[in-house]
Parts: sequence; C-alpha cells; structure tokens
Amino acid sequence: MINILYFAWLRERIGIPKETWTTEAATVADLVDELRAREERYAMAFEDISSLRVALDQELSSFDAPIAGVREVAFFPPMTGG
Amino acid sequence: MRVVVQDGPFDPGAELTAFSAGTIGVGAVVSFSGIVRDDHGDLDALEIEHYPGMTESALTVQADTAMQRFGLADVLVIHRYGRLAPDAPIMMVATAAAHRKAAFEGAEFLMDYLKSRAPFWKKEHRVGRTEWVDAKLSDEDALARWDR
Repeated sequence: MINILYFAWLRERIGIPKETWTTEAATVADLVDELRAREERYAMAFEDISSLRVALDQELSSFDAPIAGVREVAFFPPMTGG
Repeated sequence: MRVVVQDGPFDPGAELTAFSAGTIGVGAVVSFSGIVRDDHGDLDALEIEHYPGMTESALTVQADTAMQRFGLADVLVIHRYGRLAPDAPIMMVATAAAHRKAAFEGAEFLMDYLKSRAPFWKKEHRVGRTEWVDAKLSDEDALARWDR
C-alpha cells in the first residue's frame, strides 16, 4: 500500500488530491504505467511524464527511482514558487 | 534561521526590521520581496498551492545550504499560500552576512532554488478564466549557474 498525492493541474485532471494504492511496481515509471492502465483520466494526466516531477517521501526524485519501502509518492507539474 | 510557510499576510518592512535587529555584528543585510503582479489589469487573485510538509523541509534544506555555502550569519524565508490579491506580498527572503557579496549571493541562490525546487504552484484567476502558471526555462537556467 502506497499513498499517492497529486498537485496543481495534475490534481484537477485526476480529480482527487490523494489516494491509497496497492502496487506491484518496482520503479516510479512502473507505478505510472499501472495508473495509466486504470482509467482514461489517469492515461491523459500521465500522457507526458517529461512535463511532470515526482517526490518520494517528500524528497524530489526521478521516474527511474525504485519505490521499495516508499510510503508516499507525489506527482506534480514543475514548481512555480517565489 | 527562520522559515515560515503561512496563509495569512505579512509585513515585509516589519519583518526586515526585526530580522536586522536580531543580527548583531553583521555588516550587510539583503532582502527580496516577491509581490503579486497584475500585468494586464484583469487579475482577480493569485492562488498558491503547496505540499504541506515537503514545503517546510525543502525550504529549510535550501536555507541551511545557503547558510553554509555563503557563510551567512542568518537567513529568513517567508512564503504564503492560498488566495492572494494583486499587489500583496507573496514571499520574502533576507540574508545577513559580514559583507555585501555573500549577502547578495546568498539571497539570489535562495531565490533561484525557491522558484523551481520548492513545491509551490501558482494559479492565476482572471476575469472569466483561470490558468496555471507555467514554469520558465530561464528559471532552470538560473539554477544551473550554481552547479559548480
């Protein structure tokens, strides 16, 4: 079981801010493939992952990173602070 | 060092005065304030979303890194979230150091990191439409210059 969080336009496209998901994925990219296969709204939201960023347990990471032991995965567009 | 993430407003002038008063024996204080800009005169509000928990830890790591790298005596970071009106202060950073170069560089470094590595997202509410603000390539370039 893993907690998945979505922010900004990704949250709006998927329609929820967070959810719990039982995954067999080894990496973030595998997890994205699982999500894409669920429903059209996920497939559309994750269409181009080069326009997205990922954080594992609240630290910026990458799509090829392993997710074994990770409790919280967050997906979001590039940040626009300041 | 002080890092604050809040939904309420703040007074950059009062914060700068307090920050300066708290740093005894330094020769330089630099501050930057970011303000909600209404380029076309049709902005109702700027909405800022953030990632509670990660925001605070990312800003603290960035402030710590700036302290070490530039030998700063003190750092202040304040960033708001929620719905902000045009001309409202969004955020500020202040740095204190023995000399101006370190204070200026430390503030610029922090701003460059804050722009594209702290989990904030801006959405513009204009008359009749809303739009997420896109990240700028120039912000990534600004960050790259600190990789040395």
